[in-house]
Amino acid sequence: MSTILSVENLSKIYTLGSGLFGPSRELVALNDISLTVKAGETLAIVGESGCGKTSLGRCIIQAQPATEGRVYYHPKDAAKVELTALSKRELKPWRRDVRMIFQDPMSSLNPNMRVFDLVAEPLRIHRIARGRELEERVYDVLAKVGIPSDAAGRYPHAFSGGQRQRIGIARALVLDPKLVIADEAVSALDVSIQAQVLNLLDDLKEEFGLTYIFISHDLGVVNYIADRVVVMYLGHVVENAPTDLLFERPRHPYTEMLLAALPVADPTRRKGRSTTPRGEIPYLGNRPQGCPFHTRCKYAQDRCRSEKPALRAIDGTDQMAACHFAEALELQGAFEAPQKASA
Amino acid sequence: MPQIPMAAEPILAIKNMSITFTSPDEADVEAVRQVDLTLTAGKTLALVGESGCGKSVTARAILRLLDKSALLPSGEILFNHGQGTVDIARLKPDSLAMRSIRGAEISMIFQEPMTSLSPVHTIGDQIDEVIVLHEGVSPKKARERTVHLLDQVGISGARERANAYPFELSGGLRQRAMIAMALACTPKLLIADEPTTALDVTTQAQILDLLRQLQDDFGMAMLFITHDLGVVAEIADEVAVMYLGDVVEQGDVYEVFRSPQHPYTQALMNSVPHLRRKADRQRLSPIKGTVPSPKDRPAGCAFTSRCPYVFEPCAGTRPAPTEVGAGHLARCHLLARTKMEALA
Amino acid sequence: MAVLLMETPVSEIAPRRIARESQLGLMWRRFRQHRLALISLWVVVFFYAVAILAEFLSPTDPSAYNARYTYAPPQGIHFFDRNEDGSWYFGPFVYGYKTEIDPVALRRTFVIDEEVRLPVRFFAESAPYRLAGLIPMSTRFIGLENPRDPFYILGADRLGRDLLSRLIHGTRISLSIGLAGVTLSLFFGIVIGGFAGFYGGRFDGVVMRVVEFIRSMPTIPLWLGLAAALPRDWSALQTYFAITIILSLIGWTELARVVRGRFLSLRTEDFVTAAQLDGASDWRIVTRHMVPSFTSHIIAAATLAIPGMILAETALSFLGLGLQAPIVSWGTLLQDAQNIRTLATAPWLLMPGLCVIVVILALNFLGDGLRDAADPHGR
Repeated sequence: MSTILSVENLSKIYTLGSGLFGPSRELVALNDISLTVKAGETLAIVGESGCGKTSLGRCIIQAQPATEGRVYYHPKDAAKVELTALSKRELKPWRRDVRMIFQDPMSSLNPNMRVFDLVAEPLRIHRIARGRELEERVYDVLAKVGIPSDAAGRYPHAFSGGQRQRIGIARALVLDPKLVIADEAVSALDVSIQAQVLNLLDDLKEEFGLTYIFISHDLGVVNYIADRVVVMYLGHVVENAPTDLLFERPRHPYTEMLLAALPVADPTRRKGRSTTPRGEIPYLGNRPQGCPFHTRCKYAQDRCRSEKPALRAIDGTDQMAACHFAEALELQGAFEAPQKASA
Repeated sequence: MPQIPMAAEPILAIKNMSITFTSPDEADVEAVRQVDLTLTAGKTLALVGESGCGKSVTARAILRLLDKSALLPSGEILFNHGQGTVDIARLKPDSLAMRSIRGAEISMIFQEPMTSLSPVHTIGDQIDEVIVLHEGVSPKKARERTVHLLDQVGISGARERANAYPFELSGGLRQRAMIAMALACTPKLLIADEPTTALDVTTQAQILDLLRQLQDDFGMAMLFITHDLGVVAEIADEVAVMYLGDVVEQGDVYEVFRSPQHPYTQALMNSVPHLRRKADRQRLSPIKGTVPSPKDRPAGCAFTSRCPYVFEPCAGTRPAPTEVGAGHLARCHLLARTKMEALA
Repeated sequence: MAVLLMETPVSEIAPRRIARESQLGLMWRRFRQHRLALISLWVVVFFYAVAILAEFLSPTDPSAYNARYTYAPPQGIHFFDRNEDGSWYFGPFVYGYKTEIDPVALRRTFVIDEEVRLPVRFFAESAPYRLAGLIPMSTRFIGLENPRDPFYILGADRLGRDLLSRLIHGTRISLSIGLAGVTLSLFFGIVIGGFAGFYGGRFDGVVMRVVEFIRSMPTIPLWLGLAAALPRDWSALQTYFAITIILSLIGWTELARVVRGRFLSLRTEDFVTAAQLDGASDWRIVTRHMVPSFTSHIIAAATLAIPGMILAETALSFLGLGLQAPIVSWGTLLQDAQNIRTLATAPWLLMPGLCVIVVILALNFLGDGLRDAADPHGR
């Protein structure tokens, strides 16, 4: 598989409390992130609030400038483009290829525009189609996401959360993108609607030949949809591995903690006290020295407190982890036993 | 007369309770229809359902926290406070009797602690106040209790942290402080309304663990409201599944998860992605359509418009609860028919 | 895909009417439920209609004086009366005046003479005039059959001018100065506030400090100073516009703050980010996505700003520093009611004050209603 996107040493530092009075402080949201996305795969970025996953998504799509580092987009038949080096005008053609689906379908749809205009807006901006052709393309993509054409004259407030998210997906897909970044795209939805949208994303991926970067905090959803998972903690990538491997045998203690904390919809598999996570996520402005996770890690050694582990490949696997003891630790996975035939 | 053991006595019994919302411009909406729920000391009942199913309204009705537009046209909420029972449904929401129950005998924790903790008082002062108000002890004694409580809910350095303002605490600590406040008067019943929904998964696991442990220590009954089946499986002894104002299925948590009987429960469980290897992954089978608004609820079974097994009686007649196992009830015509056939 | 289509019966989700209503349509729907605001809307519409049709509605020329009827009391308007033969008289009429000498003060006063009945005619002939300075007309809404008879429904002032006519013309000046002032403020407010809010950063900081500086100045002395600096020999029209500009100098700051606030909060809205990610230009984002989202707020804020303007004009004119005679405004009318002796003789001269109160209240209720309707969750 060819690479469609690569991120090199990306950092994002926010300056807080800038103003006439008072000192400003720095907040490192992303710390030296590197990753590649292969064409046709679904890469999930998981982590808890404040881990930087949303900042990463926004820096990749150039919704906000990165402080350092580069983001490359690799078009199919052309040389790679450094998105981080482009001006707003130069970026515009690439905005057709890289699209975003937002978490909150209510706030991401302009309440003053009808569904038709919402979906047509990207086509109009890029002057791709007009008149009859525009109409056809809009109705076509609406049909694909399951919104009947007679609803196109309505305003977003007339739709339920799931339907609004479908409209958001239609907006992303109407430009025939190659790469779609979905930022917590199903988190605000009820379970039954969430399942509908997940299936829809699955189908559309096939049909449009899409690549997804799927940002989520929900490991259950990530397990379902992703081919590869990047786990983030306090602005660092702590693990990057194919989904099966990550859930089978995590290589970073934080991944293990996340998996252990995930409630499973089966009362016979209740967690014991031993797996209850320790500690709290440190306040953003108060990052620990050494390994960012050492304050909560039950395997932490002296070395962890002083030396920051680099993200490195684990020999013989496709896994990468940022832990000094990645090879040595026998960490617990989270797979359920295959269900019996009776279920 | 034989003595009935105390444990079997329910702390709270909701019988046939309905809640109707009135509005000057529109027709009345029945948000909750004839719900029966029983809560026992030391046990947790989870009320699970999607948004708008009436689970939070049910919980607020128990504390009479609903606003004036909500009526309780039928049903009883029998609360056993140790010296006999009182029907909460008949009390005035702002009466002395209700106020002495609220916060002392029955207390509640919410999804977002920030909205129920005062931002201008320290958490210690707020907990002290609850204790002084309900138990009339001296402020000094109250503070001793507060520190002990904060310690019990796992807040380290409780004596210092008592002087912190809510905004100085992280989401997890705030929820812990909120729990400490709810437990200040050792309530007989704790109502937890989505207490972990706003929290990260690791913090959620800690809070669930804490609630389980506190239930062991305090022996209170717990009504746990959530939309997350995983959380239900973690914490509940019994579960009641709500859909559009109806409790469609209720029973022992192991029983309901092992063999869900109502089509909605089944569909809900099939909508949750399970952790599987790629090779074993199955396509999710979501419920078709969306939840109709309570105004457009089908006259019969509320699930009619989305049910894959719908047949003649569903649209017109509301199914009665059918016993499908020991203490395991489901409201579905299909089950009633199967049972009839089995008896015939 | 067919399966997906079946999964979503969108047609059942909401009544068609509401589903197809725009934001402004929804705002109007919510506004109509606000009874006080709705009544206020009609009150405001009534006053503005009076302002537009001033010449037609006023019974006489506002500057026509008649020294014989100094401080003539209000005649009122009557509809039926008993004739001397006991039969009934129907139709609008007013009573005439007779003079009496006050035995204590030995002052000549007018009293209503119920013996004299002066019939009132609708669409009475009058001297030709131009409605709003444009349409030539020669009828007035009401008038006496004999134009020489005294006609003072609301009484007369010191020079025997008809208070009702003056009040109606004053309405035009006072209300239009409010509207003109707000329009001017709105222009500055939107342009300056819009730039500050959209681009943020240093420019925003400077603009906001300036706004705060202007707002921190005590307004009455500032107005007084500026108004006193106006040359005395300016024409009535020049003074009118000068006063409007003086009032807007302060007024724009409030609107600029509202606009800037909306811009700042909209800038972080997901749908604006979404438009940026679509590749939309700044101009398109502002005009298509941001401005339509706060027009309703602007309408509400502007409505709430009008009363301030009207009050300010009234205050300045009352103090003699705003508009000058012969311009008739509520403020200049109230100037006549400044001394207590006049008030004791002719309390009806306070009528303009009543109009000010009614209009200010109505505009405030209307603005509140619009604001609530524009932002139902903002409270």
